[in-house]
Amino acid sequence: MITHEKRNALDTRLHLPVRLHPKRSSMLRHLLRHKVLLLMLLPGVVFLLINNYLPMFGIIIAFKNINYVDGILGSPWVGLDNFKFLFATSDAWIITRNTVLYNFVFIILNLVIAVSIAIALNELKNKLAAKFYQSVMFFPYFLSMVVVSYLVFAFLNVEYGFINKGILAMFGLNELNWYSEPKYWPFILPLINLWKGVGYGCVIYLAAIIGIDSEYYEAALIDGASKWKQILHITIPLIRPVIIITTILAIGGIFRSDFGLFYQTTLNSGALYPTTLVIDTYVYNALINMGNLGMSAAAGLYQSIVGFFLVLGSNWIVRKVDKDQAVF
Amino acid sequence: MEPVTNNEISRPTNIILHIIFIILSITCLLPIVLVFMISITDYDSIVLNGYQFIPEKLSLEAYAYIFKDYTVIVKAYGVSIFVTVAGTLLSVFISSLYAYPISRADFKYRGFFAFLIFFTMLFGGGLVPWYMVYTQVLDLKNSIWALIVPMLLSPFNVLIMKTYFQMSVPPALIEASKIDGAGELRTFFRIVFPLSLPVFATIGLFNTLHYWNDWFNSMIFITDTDLYSLQYLMYKMISQADYLSRNRALIQGSATELAKLPGETIRMAMALIGIGPIVLAYPFFQRYFIKGLTLGSIKG
Repeated sequence: MITHEKRNALDTRLHLPVRLHPKRSSMLRHLLRHKVLLLMLLPGVVFLLINNYLPMFGIIIAFKNINYVDGILGSPWVGLDNFKFLFATSDAWIITRNTVLYNFVFIILNLVIAVSIAIALNELKNKLAAKFYQSVMFFPYFLSMVVVSYLVFAFLNVEYGFINKGILAMFGLNELNWYSEPKYWPFILPLINLWKGVGYGCVIYLAAIIGIDSEYYEAALIDGASKWKQILHITIPLIRPVIIITTILAIGGIFRSDFGLFYQTTLNSGALYPTTLVIDTYVYNALINMGNLGMSAAAGLYQSIVGFFLVLGSNWIVRKVDKDQAVF
Repeated sequence: MEPVTNNEISRPTNIILHIIFIILSITCLLPIVLVFMISITDYDSIVLNGYQFIPEKLSLEAYAYIFKDYTVIVKAYGVSIFVTVAGTLLSVFISSLYAYPISRADFKYRGFFAFLIFFTMLFGGGLVPWYMVYTQVLDLKNSIWALIVPMLLSPFNVLIMKTYFQMSVPPALIEASKIDGAGELRTFFRIVFPLSLPVFATIGLFNTLHYWNDWFNSMIFITDTDLYSLQYLMYKMISQADYLSRNRALIQGSATELAKLPGETIRMAMALIGIGPIVLAYPFFQRYFIKGLTLGSIKG
């Protein structure tokens, strides 16, 4: 049995530091009390430091003329030269324009079509069929971009492709050089993106539509509202929060692009660059194919900084629209 | 409440919608059907007519070739399976270990650790420094870990898990478990884990798909042919049109054989073999995906 005196003495001893350094000690005690939780965080923290934070110091590469003899730290500083070179070429303008325009088209197209499909799916009388359609349309989302590039190739291959050999030949038209004609890709890429992603968007909007209380529709029906009116005045306004959030988040990412889409489905064809090169593929090509570390890092930093403000800006707007939806 | 029976769309509208959806569904599957048809078409008919939905002459030569010379593909399958299984298990484990502490309201430093991970969504060093960390600091070039480590922790997954823990595990339950004398780890594995199985399954499937479909990490870190994953092998085959012919020449060294090589059909057969496991797992996969996505969007 522990007597009162003993326990008091023990308590006093344990609490002694509290009186001496109240702040530090309470922190230490808290850390000790949660040492297991801290230990659980450890693998993740190590990963973040290596995978995410260490590369942030590598930003200096953008301001250096890297050579392998001197290493990263030893290589000479060149100030903003890498950025000057980047923005002096037409590349900077082309990749920025392409990245932003494609994302803009993707956002609008995917939104309008996914919402329309979700609304229509919800109206189908045969629920089993609706589920089947949804499953089939969701399927392309599961394919890797490499597989998608094969599917696209099956249609667009110059020599044997279905479009050249099957469709154009049938109408007696000349074969087209799909992989060396930049002008077709602003239409092809949004189509591929839509094909792959519409099922995904549809699931999200359908979930929101199913969540709408049926009483709204019953009341509307009593008032004699047509189906069209119900969609316009009930369904769309009630799923608006989801629409706004997904759109704003997408705008935050407008400076980043789906590397696979732009690299794989175009087969990274140089002839197509005027309309297919985006910041991500530019950075990759500059790094791997041209070996231009400085310029590649400069383009990457440009993307990171503008992206940073875009995400912050859109998160700020999300906060204004709906506080709960904000990520930060 | 009595369900509204007369708020349905009219019969003609219903039929039109069904027709539209049937067309859309076909559009989603058509490219895969085309690739399948090419893979079973006789090579001579392709040279003559190009890729067709209805082959003039059937041939299983492409598959015969792939299975005759299967070592490359089997190896790539092995790499892909190992990377997917190990990567998924590890990443679910590490993600949940990160998400749990920052979901606990009584953990004072949760704000700091949450910021540490969510800041990575905002800002990054870019591809070049990241690449150099993996190749120069960690020296993972041509290592199978280069295919696993980069995708271990995603802020998005941690966010989903953290939210789920907060919603589905009442703090009182954790408190009670601790009063009963269970340590943090025991509480996590015995109380939190069983209550959160759906989110573990969802994140596990997300990760499985990411690991299986990844080719980017192979593309930048792997040059050793023994470490080619299936997706990367497929990428190589489409990006280097002469890849197979060169391989074939090395293996058999026969010029006449080479001339007859059904390269086009082999490629397409390869694509189908590459889709393979995902197609088989698809019905199971998509159920959980839809659940997971629905959960995420309704949470709002």
